[in-house]
Amino acid sequence: MERNGRSVLEMKNISKEYYGNKVLKGINLSVREGEIHGIVGENGAGKSTLMNILFGMSVIHSTGGFEGSIEFLGNPVTISSPFDAMALGIGMVHQEFMLIPGYSVTENIKLNREITRDTFLSKILGPGLRTLDWESMGQDAKRALSKLEMDIDEWARIAGLPVGHMQFVEIARELDKQNIKLLVFDEPTAVLTESEADRLLSTLRKLAETGISILFITHRLHEIMEVCDRITVLRDGVQVATKSKSETTIEELARLMVGHSIESVGKGKVNLAERKTILKVRDLRVLMPGETVQKVDLDIKEGEIFGIGGLAGQGKIGIANGIMGLYDSDGSVEFDGKPLPLNDPREVLKRGLAFLSEDRRGVGLLLDMSVEMNIVAPAIEIHRKFLKDVGVFSLLDRAQIRAFAQEMIQKLDIRCLGPDQPVKRLSGGNQQKVCIAKALALEPKLLFVSEPTRGIDIGAKKRVLDTLVELNQHNGMSIVLTSSELAELRSICDRIAIISEGRVMGILDPDADDAQFGLLMAGDYAVRQ
Amino acid sequence: MLEHLLTKIRSFGIPRIIIILFLLSLWISAAFLSIPFPALLSDTFVRLGMNTVLTLSMLPSILVGTSLFFGLPLGIICGLLGGVMSIELNLKGLTAFFAAIGFSIPLAILVGYGYGLLLNRVKGSEMTVGTYVGFAFVSLMSFGWVTLPFKNPEMAWAIGKGIRVTVSLEGRFSNVLNKLWAFELYGVKIPTGALVFLGVMCLFMGLFLRTRTGLAMQECGMNPKFAKASGINVDRMRILGTIISTILGAIGILTYAQGFGFLQLYEAPMYMGFIAAAAILIGGASLKTAKISHVIIGTFLFQGILVVALPVANTVATLGSLAEISRIIVSNGIILYALAQKGGNE
Repeated sequence: MERNGRSVLEMKNISKEYYGNKVLKGINLSVREGEIHGIVGENGAGKSTLMNILFGMSVIHSTGGFEGSIEFLGNPVTISSPFDAMALGIGMVHQEFMLIPGYSVTENIKLNREITRDTFLSKILGPGLRTLDWESMGQDAKRALSKLEMDIDEWARIAGLPVGHMQFVEIARELDKQNIKLLVFDEPTAVLTESEADRLLSTLRKLAETGISILFITHRLHEIMEVCDRITVLRDGVQVATKSKSETTIEELARLMVGHSIESVGKGKVNLAERKTILKVRDLRVLMPGETVQKVDLDIKEGEIFGIGGLAGQGKIGIANGIMGLYDSDGSVEFDGKPLPLNDPREVLKRGLAFLSEDRRGVGLLLDMSVEMNIVAPAIEIHRKFLKDVGVFSLLDRAQIRAFAQEMIQKLDIRCLGPDQPVKRLSGGNQQKVCIAKALALEPKLLFVSEPTRGIDIGAKKRVLDTLVELNQHNGMSIVLTSSELAELRSICDRIAIISEGRVMGILDPDADDAQFGLLMAGDYAVRQ
Repeated sequence: MLEHLLTKIRSFGIPRIIIILFLLSLWISAAFLSIPFPALLSDTFVRLGMNTVLTLSMLPSILVGTSLFFGLPLGIICGLLGGVMSIELNLKGLTAFFAAIGFSIPLAILVGYGYGLLLNRVKGSEMTVGTYVGFAFVSLMSFGWVTLPFKNPEMAWAIGKGIRVTVSLEGRFSNVLNKLWAFELYGVKIPTGALVFLGVMCLFMGLFLRTRTGLAMQECGMNPKFAKASGINVDRMRILGTIISTILGAIGILTYAQGFGFLQLYEAPMYMGFIAAAAILIGGASLKTAKISHVIIGTFLFQGILVVALPVANTVATLGSLAEISRIIVSNGIILYALAQKGGNE
């Protein structure tokens, strides 16, 4: 169903910089009338930034605006706030529901666009005292819902509705706006069950047939292939391709989406078959909000660097947090041949595991404390290191702490004014090195590392990864590296597991085909290898 | 240069500077009103000795992350019970004082443990809950004081059962610390024993904070997530911090009582928590961080102002109960000011 209607939206040569960091580079996007246009890309590819520009969000304008131009229905437009976008007839269905739970469906649909009736008082004291016309509001809501063929009671409270229905109420709210021309769906199926998602997709098609254009953002490639007329692929802020459905395949999209060049750190291949299993994970479930792990089985070999990848929110972060006992989990974990208790951080640390948290500032550091105390604190607690006996007291041994901190500062090249500088004054990269030093003080056999390069500059990134490789090669430390950056995983890992929907989708070699990584990330069971 | 000076001042804490200026202005007006200065300073030292341990009880609570210890009346009541027991056993002098502490500590451990369990269930609103638990416990103990079977005629009501509202410590442990090794310097009486006692308490606290457990406690207060990830049982540490605060509250009220000369029962402990909280805040602590120096500086400033405010107000306003009224305004005003400035020096 190729449509050749007139163009509704033209975004021309869009570029955007955040503090000197180019996040969008010359994007051209055009959407025709009644077209469903898909946008795919990994986390951080620039999808959200592009939509923020389209909606004139303040985050764009407060950081210096953007380059390029936008045309809507053939006229050049300036969209400087979400209200401008709304006035033009651009609507957004949000990923996280923007609904008021205590209000009814109708009230949510008509929120801030209520139909009101004049009263005696309102004529004297102004429009604020008009009464609500419940009847016609209800009718409007019903009409909008029936366009979606949803049989939802328009007077039901949002709070009690199933998640799928909330999504449809959100859509109905956009449809109820009279002049709606273009609807943006931001990962609408992420929270839906399979049948709800199917229903949503068929709704999208029906909406398109009525002449509404749709921008569909998702990372589920099969959904894209099912409903979209054309597809734009973004990668690292670059428009990699725009293709019509007939001229592409899921595999090609997956390859385009991932396609990184691999920089190898020059680490030799290891023969894993001969190694013994150091960590055996079975049926692991972790209740980490936003990163729930459903059922994970893994075997980590001694002395390997094992990578865990996948898109945000799919549960990859939850695995390390669960095993380290930071979030409620169940299942069975065996370390070094002996069962490891779950939900007991102390015992896990004692047994020789350590963790560099993805939440460096929130979990990894005592921001107000000095560099040296951050480095030694867990080792003092767990292994009773750095203590000396003074009378009846067993006090911190300042000299020993200082010496160890100096050694670490030198070894890891931590740039600080001295061991007694508070860590909150250090840069992200140096804070990460303090975290590494902290883990080293525990002398772990296995180190979990989550998102080690998030929020640190490129030079420091390389050094952090080099340090991990060195620990692995020279100290024989087994490392489990969790990262959103596939390129990073592929550059240093021996094997990479891809997590989607809280499960291991597959385990790949770092030099496996881009398409395979893309498909596993997109969670397509059907094409699973 | 000016900028350097400004940052210096800011790091010292503007609220603290204002309080110091207030104290200085009171001293100057006292001089103009020819109120004898050595007497004022003597009183200030006595009050410092009486109140510092109570203020110190705020410290573990703040460091472990349960904020200001508004459950202080709980500790105070444990201390009072210890004091009453020591009188009942007819002990005298320093023995009576230390026996009172000895009796009160097990009670404080029990009460502190229970209170700690409660605080773990109301994370985030410890101060509000603590205030009301303190009030409730004081009221509950008002029943306790009338029913407890103490027989010593020094304490019991002349008719019926129970203990009197105030029990005199004359001949028991009144001023035992203040008089110990006391000497006079330029007309200023130094209560050496009391100052040494508070010094020892602060020293013990300082040493404790340098132990493994003390460090773990501070980690809990600074960043509970870090503490958990380091294998520390945060809830248990919070209970420990609460117990130590409760014990210090018990010891604190006994040092207070020895200087005051009376055990004040029934409703008297109700507002003691606010005074101690105000003192540590004025000293420069915030709701999240505090040091021993904050305890000492804060108690000195707060008590110093109270000591000098009363005679100044007495001389300026001779009419009826105006002096008493202005004293209340000053003391509660400082508490209010301290709580409003609770940010402390970052």
